[in-house]
Amino acid sequence: MAIYHDPSKPKHVADRVEIKTKVKDGASAEVPTTHDVTTTTPKEICGIGHRMKRKEDPRFIQGKGRYVDDFKLPGMLYMDIVRSPYAHAKILEIDASEALAMDGVLAVITGKDLEAHGLHWMPTLMSDTQMVLPTDKVVYYAQEVCAVIATDRYTAADAIEAVYVDYEPLKPVVSPFDALKDEVIVRDDKEIRTNRIWHWEVGDEAATDAIFDSATTVIKETMYIPRIHVSSIETCGMVANYNPATEKMQIYMTTQAPHAVRTVFALVTGLPEQKIQIISPDIGGGFGGKVPVYPGYVIGAVASLLIGKPVKWIEDRSENLQADSFARDYHLEAEMAADENGKIVGLRVNGLADHGCADSAANPSKFPAGLFSICTGSYDMKAAHVNFDAVYTNKPPGGVAYRCSFRVTEAVHMVERLTSMMAHELGVDPAAYRMNNFIKPEQFPYESPTGWEYDSGNYHAALEKAMEMIDYDGLRKEQLEKRERGELMGIGISSFTEVVGAGPAKDYDILGIKMFDSAEIRVHPTGKAIARFGTKSQGQGHETTYAQIIAEVLGIPALDIDIEEGDTDTAPYGLGTYASRSTPTAGAAAAMAARKIKAKARKIAAHLLEAHEDDLEWNVSQWQVKGSPDKAKTIQEIAFAAYTDHPDDLQAGLEATDYYNPPNLTFPFGSYICVVDIDKGTGEIHIRRFVAIDDCGNIINPLVVEGQVHGGLTMGLAPAMYEEIVYDENGQCLTGTLADYLVPTAVESPKWETGHTITPSPHHPIGAKGVGESPTVGAPPAIANAVVDAMWHLGVRHIDIPITPEKVWQALRDAGVTE
Amino acid sequence: MIPGKFDYYAPTSVDEAIDMLVTHGSEAKILAGGQSLIPAMRYRLAVPEVLIDINGLTDLNYLKQVNGHLAIGAMCREVDLEESDVVQSQYHLLADAAEVIADPLVRNQATVGGNIAHADPANDHPAVMLAYDATVVAKGPSGERTIPIDSFFTDLFESALSEQELLTEIRIPTPGANSGGAYVKLERKVGDYAIGAVAVQLTLAADGTVAAARIGLTNVYYMPMRATGAEAALIGQDPSDEAVLEAAGIAAAAECDPSADLRGSAAYKRDVIRTLAKRAITKAVERAR
Ligand SMILES: Cc1cc2nc3c(=O)[nH]c(=O)nc-3n(C[C@H](O)[C@H](O)[C@H](O)COP(=O)(O)OP(=O)(O)OC[C@H]3O[C@@H](n4cnc5c(N)ncnc54)[C@H](O)[C@@H]3O)c2cc1C
Repeated sequence: MAIYHDPSKPKHVADRVEIKTKVKDGASAEVPTTHDVTTTTPKEICGIGHRMKRKEDPRFIQGKGRYVDDFKLPGMLYMDIVRSPYAHAKILEIDASEALAMDGVLAVITGKDLEAHGLHWMPTLMSDTQMVLPTDKVVYYAQEVCAVIATDRYTAADAIEAVYVDYEPLKPVVSPFDALKDEVIVRDDKEIRTNRIWHWEVGDEAATDAIFDSATTVIKETMYIPRIHVSSIETCGMVANYNPATEKMQIYMTTQAPHAVRTVFALVTGLPEQKIQIISPDIGGGFGGKVPVYPGYVIGAVASLLIGKPVKWIEDRSENLQADSFARDYHLEAEMAADENGKIVGLRVNGLADHGCADSAANPSKFPAGLFSICTGSYDMKAAHVNFDAVYTNKPPGGVAYRCSFRVTEAVHMVERLTSMMAHELGVDPAAYRMNNFIKPEQFPYESPTGWEYDSGNYHAALEKAMEMIDYDGLRKEQLEKRERGELMGIGISSFTEVVGAGPAKDYDILGIKMFDSAEIRVHPTGKAIARFGTKSQGQGHETTYAQIIAEVLGIPALDIDIEEGDTDTAPYGLGTYASRSTPTAGAAAAMAARKIKAKARKIAAHLLEAHEDDLEWNVSQWQVKGSPDKAKTIQEIAFAAYTDHPDDLQAGLEATDYYNPPNLTFPFGSYICVVDIDKGTGEIHIRRFVAIDDCGNIINPLVVEGQVHGGLTMGLAPAMYEEIVYDENGQCLTGTLADYLVPTAVESPKWETGHTITPSPHHPIGAKGVGESPTVGAPPAIANAVVDAMWHLGVRHIDIPITPEKVWQALRDAGVTE
Repeated sequence: MIPGKFDYYAPTSVDEAIDMLVTHGSEAKILAGGQSLIPAMRYRLAVPEVLIDINGLTDLNYLKQVNGHLAIGAMCREVDLEESDVVQSQYHLLADAAEVIADPLVRNQATVGGNIAHADPANDHPAVMLAYDATVVAKGPSGERTIPIDSFFTDLFESALSEQELLTEIRIPTPGANSGGAYVKLERKVGDYAIGAVAVQLTLAADGTVAAARIGLTNVYYMPMRATGAEAALIGQDPSDEAVLEAAGIAAAAECDPSADLRGSAAYKRDVIRTLAKRAITKAVERAR
């Protein structure tokens, strides 16, 4: 197998940047920015920095991945779900007699059946509660009403049509602003009759108000960050396999957080945790949508438990789009203040979060609006204040962190839109304006007005590189010429700062479980290794990048290291993969565990070489006597000795485990520039160019990073121009198929032009930061800014995403422009 | 997304297929490319008890130039139009449409016959065939008949085909000298049905004015429609005159009756039709010259 993708010939440089100077909380005083990815290992080893082809891809591109629906167990039954045609209705009766009379139908499970076991409600990740199956009323369109268990998929599908449910429709509340009025109450089960869920504030309100009072320029805009869906190719599903003989519940399910799910299952059902095994096989996309536990999982598990046979449940596309957790859905009223020099001095945000019928967001417990308070972004300002409310509505519960570290996407969109607006308002070029307002490289570690400590950054370098790559000055000239001719062309910038890698355990937990992550490495006698992790790849390439991290430290070729995740019986405990946290946490754990092995290997080498440990030095893949490289023991020789010839005072074996608790989050960043041409007749937007410069610290594998960036940019294009979950006034979902929920394809995607700068994280063991979400977070405002930039001179100030041709057409007609 | 139960038949000749239609009547549905029927069955919007799969009728899979027209057999797939030299060089309107119908995966499977038989105003071929003044050939228990396209579409998803008839062929008159056509479609993304689309087929007189024109509109009326007002605004006029184009565009926008949906408001769709009509006419005129 050709393991190497080598268009650019990475250089072999021995003196890679090693950052050791910890100041406080892991921040460092000075982190230089570089442009070239360097390597310290040869190709055969493929340590950090190599463009190694992904080890997992041969099985994926041959259709040999193994997903939940590929598991077929003997005697397996199938589950299908009856769903509500109303957004809000009383259930008067469920008559399943006709369905139960059908050949092959074994059971119909209702909320009343679950109530007998205390399982008709379940906790959400935000310590709210959510119905598994209703006993009295339904609260959203497509909500699970009852489930049919049958001997095959087809019978189950026919049987759900034969279940008669008598509903008494109730008036739904669809708009979160209506919900605030408390006229229609979504949750009758709560003690207090209100739709309000929580109120949350961050920042110094008085100081912010004072800044605004004395500001020279204040701009204000209301923005809606629409409700969207991750729409992963693979929908949710499970095979629940309860074995009455061993009393063990084995659950194959497509989850991003298998261990957390196991613990929650144990706590909710009362089953002993050692009797629960969660197996998350290959996943066809997660993007945050596979962090929560959906009602179907609980019903399927209960069905298997009660019947004593395996039960499979696989959602169809419409169920997935209509009922699974949404993302975003933030209504924002945002203001930015500038002083007499045009310098940004303050930010003030009022937000309203629409959570649907339950707060089943996937945030760390202490952060009801996630990490939204990162909203001052890349700009150095004096004060900021964020004020948020959240409400229930008659819609599916959420919202998940869709390829975004807990609400960063919403924050970045807001601040990047405002910054461009402010530049236009002041008559300053948006690029120059950003340069003048960025946090300066020498200000890192930077304390933000909302309390974050940014680890490292060099925002000027990234924007400069993007401007150079796209020929920014040339484009601005062209734009002026075109404008003379009445043609509409726009250039949009987004210089975002991300916050990923939750988290320091003192502040971050999910339902009380601290957000560390883990790695366990075992080196076999022949020098090959297996490593297991508490995270779970859904396409991120862990099987390759984790192996490269270990290869870097131990000199064992990455191809000789198997990576396993997703089986809770074998993998060390961890919190899973989302929020770009795998590299910052489990990736760090891999390096730390490998270092422990390397330290033990040194003792063994000293024994074998009859030298003192202190007289040995490490050289790529061997311990050698200082100054005499011919007196050396390779890691493979050492591994063999660890089982055959280890010193008396050392235990046998060559294994290590690490549970890594990061000292701080990491703060990846980047600058994106988008160029659009607008069709005045139809309102169509043509993205002509899109340049993305990302800085995710040290790059483990440039090929994997590019792949992540390409995918992420397309997922940023999606909400910017295409995707939105739409409801009618009755709360019916109008976008329940892929014909109306518009997922962009390769045809819609522009040619992504990518590049990077490298500003390592000072506190991460290998200086890496996390990249999977940066492009999803950074792309939408670049596109929106480009569209508005094309029309600012016509008086257009803001257009909410998704920016459809009709919205552009409307803005043009309002400005009196037509074809 | 699992269809209801149905019986499945696979006839090997047109006559056998017609016998089956006669036997099963309204309970039966013809299955051609399945790209409209199968989605409807998966959502259980269509619950036929019997499927008569005509994919085995390979003798209906042809595309040929005969006697002054292009004959498109019922089992001719969309991809065949894209790959045909005759279509690409002589039937520009059809070639334009073939490129923007659905996506390549669907086009590999979908048939032109099914596209017409489905009588869906959102489909692209109805407007194209209206602009071409095509003829539909149908065969039933009492033999073969031809149906002019103007009387083929009768309502939403309703056509002049009887329950016992099979559509066997579509005939498009070969465009004469100084003729040109164009199809211009606006869609939200690849594979989407039109927000609006305009099909134009016209012939220029020696003086450059429009001698004849037929215009069809897609997805802006409850059934497939011809824009006769726009045609009238064009005939006898100089199509290089911006005012003439605008008048034709305004007429088309006025005579359609789009409904508001996720593709846009009625006002937007009307204005799209106005713009696209001007663009399609201009393109057709360029090709006619
Ligand atoms: C994702 C997607 C996107 C699409 N986008 C577009 C688009 O942009 N534009 C467009 O025009 N279409 C579009 N379509 C529809 C597609 O072109 C259909 O295939 C076409 O409308 C029907 O052709 P078919 O061969 O698949 O017919 P089928 O689905 O097999 O049949 C359709 C109907 O016609 C009847 N029928 C078929 N053949 C005959 C016959 N010979 N005699 C009598 N009755 C017959 C069937 O009984 C059925 O009622 C799309 C489809 C999909 C799945």
